[in-house]
Amino acid sequence: MLNRDEDILKAAEDWQKAGHGVALATVVETWGSAPRPAGSSLVINDDGTFLGSVSGGCVEGAVVTEALDVIASGKPRMLEFGVADETAWNVGLSCGGTIRVFVEKVG
Amino acid sequence: MKLETLAQVNVERAARRPVIVVTDTANGEQRLVKAADIATDPLRSDLAKQLRMGKSGMIEAAGKKLFLNVYAPTAKLVIVGAVHISQALAPLARSLDYDVTVVDPRTAFASPERFPDVPLIAEWPDVALPPLNIDHYTAFVALTHDPKIDDPALLHAFERDCFYIGALGSRKTHAKRGERLTAQGAKDSDIARIHAPIGLPIGAVSPSEIAVAIMAEITAQLRLPKEAAA
Repeated sequence: MLNRDEDILKAAEDWQKAGHGVALATVVETWGSAPRPAGSSLVINDDGTFLGSVSGGCVEGAVVTEALDVIASGKPRMLEFGVADETAWNVGLSCGGTIRVFVEKVG
Repeated sequence: MKLETLAQVNVERAARRPVIVVTDTANGEQRLVKAADIATDPLRSDLAKQLRMGKSGMIEAAGKKLFLNVYAPTAKLVIVGAVHISQALAPLARSLDYDVTVVDPRTAFASPERFPDVPLIAEWPDVALPPLNIDHYTAFVALTHDPKIDDPALLHAFERDCFYIGALGSRKTHAKRGERLTAQGAKDSDIARIHAPIGLPIGAVSPSEIAVAIMAEITAQLRLPKEAAA
């Protein structure tokens, strides 16, 4: 866990230093059976490359799109997802969960 | 997040020092609180609680919604003694997200057949332990019953400020161990830190049950406020 998250934050630092626009998306609140706990993060750079996860796969696409806007504008924003609405989790997995994700620019 | 903040988080994490980033989610304002500064912080009770639980989360303070992102080092468990109890303890601790290492110089005990998927060091404690960088976020258990192995291992653990130190043995065995360790320079406060007999008293009999008792005691030490943990 530590290693993986550490690599994500190290990548964020390295990308920024290499001149990329970088955004950090972090799960700040969860309700119900959310797939990843508060503090889970996803780092995105301006060519759309990303590392980490905020949901285990179902909302990452949308977060990346929003993150590119945040990189462009520099303004942080809060996103909210009902995990079950998004896509094909099997019945019994992660149903009904909601997550709130804070997206901010690095730098 | 400012680049300086991110870089500082990375430095603290690489050094296995806990750090918390406090974010005002309304405007993105942020500050970083190092573990050493929590006691004097205005949010100290919230910060201390979240850190103890190893959990990030939202709080409300002075009308602001703040996100506390806790970066706590992964807890390590160092098991000295590749014994029967350790065979149950290692996988149990891994399932609780500990980084587990087993140390035992006796190669007949420290064999990969007995410990599949667990880092295993078949060396004496004086060789095996220093490279493990044992620190405060380490639980340390001595299970060999052999003073030649357990005693130097415990002396090393005292120096490293482990959050939990436990040793296998009855009260009588432990009293003798205390005398030996004192003779080797251990302080009374060091001896007092050893949990012995090891594990919560749940009437454990089998190696697996003893492993449960040990992990329960380690969990209590990690998660309960200091005054509540026995």
